[in-house]
Order: sequence, then structure tokens, then C-alpha cells
Amino acid sequence: MYQFTYHRVDSARKAINLAEKNEDAKFLAGGMTLLPTMKQRLASPSAIIDLNPAADKLAGIEQRGRAIVIGAMTRHYDVANSKIVQDAIPALADLAGMIGDPAVRHRGTIGGSVANNDPAADYPSAVLALNATVFTNKRKIAADDFFKGLFETALEPGELITKIVFPIPSKAAYMKFPNPASRYAMVGVFVARRGKEVRVAVTGAGSNGVFRASKFEAALTAKFHVKSLEGVNASADGLNSDIHADAAYRAHLIGVMCRRAVNKANGK
Amino acid sequence: MPKVSMTVNGKAVSANVDARTLLVQFLREDLRLTGTHVGCDTSQCGCCVVHVDGKAIKSCTVLALTLEGANVTTIEGLAQDGKLHPMQEAFRENHALQCGFCTPGMIMTSVDIVNRKGNTLDEQTIRHELEGNLCRCTGYHNIVKAVAAGAEAMAK
Repeated sequence: MYQFTYHRVDSARKAINLAEKNEDAKFLAGGMTLLPTMKQRLASPSAIIDLNPAADKLAGIEQRGRAIVIGAMTRHYDVANSKIVQDAIPALADLAGMIGDPAVRHRGTIGGSVANNDPAADYPSAVLALNATVFTNKRKIAADDFFKGLFETALEPGELITKIVFPIPSKAAYMKFPNPASRYAMVGVFVARRGKEVRVAVTGAGSNGVFRASKFEAALTAKFHVKSLEGVNASADGLNSDIHADAAYRAHLIGVMCRRAVNKANGK
Repeated sequence: MPKVSMTVNGKAVSANVDARTLLVQFLREDLRLTGTHVGCDTSQCGCCVVHVDGKAIKSCTVLALTLEGANVTTIEGLAQDGKLHPMQEAFRENHALQCGFCTPGMIMTSVDIVNRKGNTLDEQTIRHELEGNLCRCTGYHNIVKAVAAGAEAMAK
């Protein structure tokens, strides 16, 4: 790890003030991706702004009207075990319970995962499929405008996610094919239906990060049933190929995971 | 160098550390608590699992400075009055270790599983919950048996 200056902050406001003064600073939330990246010297921030002392102010889960509001510093473990999330959006609680392993879930945060936008992370698919809104210290950003590519988001330097608001769907499910070693998604598919709208988001597969599978969405909008997906296949164009799976295999997995997710969402 | 203070195995400790110091380095190198192991250094193997404020975490993936004021328990903190913790005893009894390198992390994770899931654990639950801990010699069969036995013993 390269050297950095360490700052401990107990409020979002202090974090943002410091970030404005330190151009290369990074916010540290759970650190489950940032610290391994720094250890490998793939990241070398000049300063670390540690949000953990502010965790209580930036964490929390509540239902507001027909939406679930989750604070940025809420740990995966707390989302997975939240009665509120389990009742309103069980697919989201399921997803949180599938991230990494128990020790990782005790530290990793939803805000950190979404801000990092790892192409194989789980949460971006939920944000996109559930049409969530990302709130920052400056503005609110619709899911469709938030994810910009590999590790790229609409966040500007020094901009901090404060909470994420998930509208409650009528039906939703997440299915993933995890890499057996890292537990990252080789392919993860989140399907959600709200009113007449069906959204299908795919993580782990795209070489440009999470994306919506429009062919699957169109087929499921006609009828939200696994039979609607007969003959619907994902294209391998633009998908990742690596030692774990080539693009054609990932394309196949998108179809398999999507069908399983639709069945699960329909209670089958 | 910045200062950090925390409670480790019930004892107040503090030290000036390089900001880059990971919790596992702080435990092993500053406090000489070498029961916590570094296996992979990439948060996959679980040999470095300790409890922070009652929850299992991987100590190779957290800065010591982050844990200002935290309450940390390591494998050295489990045995009381020279008597092994029931989970340690269950690992011994069930021959759940061969080289022993992964054992401290396995035991800390197992105690955490019991804290979260209770004293009656089926095999599927144990195997699933141990996903973040790797053993490279005996395999998992005896470890799974030990966790089930240790969980029951912890109820007594």
C-alpha cells in the first residue's frame, strides 16, 4: 500500500469539506474493495477520508410511502436481516445476503458498493432493475443516469452518496451464478415488475458494467411469465470473457438466471 | 504517526501506527497476538477473522485506525481461566484440524455463526456460513462436525 494521509470524520459535511480540499482523496466506507485495491497498489489515494465514525448518521433503513430508504453506510448484513426490507423487497434482502461471505457482509456498505460500480458487484443490478434513486450531498440521480461504465458513475469528485431510495415493486427476484472463489457474480440477473413496467438488469456479464436487457424486458412486459422468454436469448456481443467464463457462456447464463429469477418472482 | 486506541480481549491498548496498518498487522506486530493468521491477504481465506464489536470480520481488510474505540476479540481471547472455549474444545475433539493454520479463523467464524444462528445448526447452514473460510488440508467434513458439536456445547 502506498502512503496516504488519514482523516477520520464524524459527519457527511466534514467528509465533503475535506474531499474538496484533497483532490485525490477517497472516501472509505466498508473498504471491502478499496483496501484490497490499495494493497495491490491499483489505487493510491493521497488521502483517505474514513466515514466509519459517521456510520450511525449515514446508516439506517426505513419505509417511506411506497419506497424503502437505505442510508449509504448501511452494511450488507443489516440489509439482508432487515425485517422492513424482507417484507417490502425480499429480493433486495436476498441479494444482500449473497454478497461475499458473512465477514464481508458485516463491513461492506451499500453506498460503497454502488459508488464503486464494480462490473461484478451485486447491488448495481438492484439499483437499476428497481429503478432506484441515488441521493448525494448535491442532488438525486436516477438509476438509468447513474452507472456510466466500468467503475464509472455519474458521481463527481468529492460527491458523496447519502442514501438510496428503492420504489417497492410488485414482484422481484435476483439470481446469481457466483464465482466459486470470490462469490462475485459471473452473471447476476435482477428482474422487477412495478405496475406495467418490467426491468431486467444484468451484472457480472457486461464488459461495460451493469446493463438492462431490453429484449428480456420487452418479452416480460407482454406477460410476466417464464414462457414469455421462450426463444429469447442474450447476445454475446459486449460481454466479458475471462478464465472463468467466455462471452458465449455468460450470454447463456443471462438467459438461465433470468428464467430462474422470473420463476422465483412468481413464487415458483 | 496517528494514534489508535481500542480494547483487545478485554484489555485497553493504544499505539501510534502508520496509517496503512491493517488490524491484523496491529494485532500481530504491535500486540504480538500471533494467533490471528494472514493466509491470502486478499480477503478470501478467512484465516484472519476476529470479532469487532461482536461481529466477525476479516482483519486483513480493515485499517487499525478505523477501529478507534472498538472492542476486538481474537482467538487468544476465547479461552477463559486456562479452559478452552467450547468451540475450541469441539475442534480438538472432532479432529477438525491438521496443520492448524486456518483454525483460528474457522473458530472465530464458527462462534459468530452460533451468535447469529443459534445453537442448533444443520450441515447445510454450517457449510454455507463457512463460505469465507478456506482449509487446504483436512477438508471440511470434520470442521462441519466440530461446528455443530461446538454450537451445542455453547448452549450449556
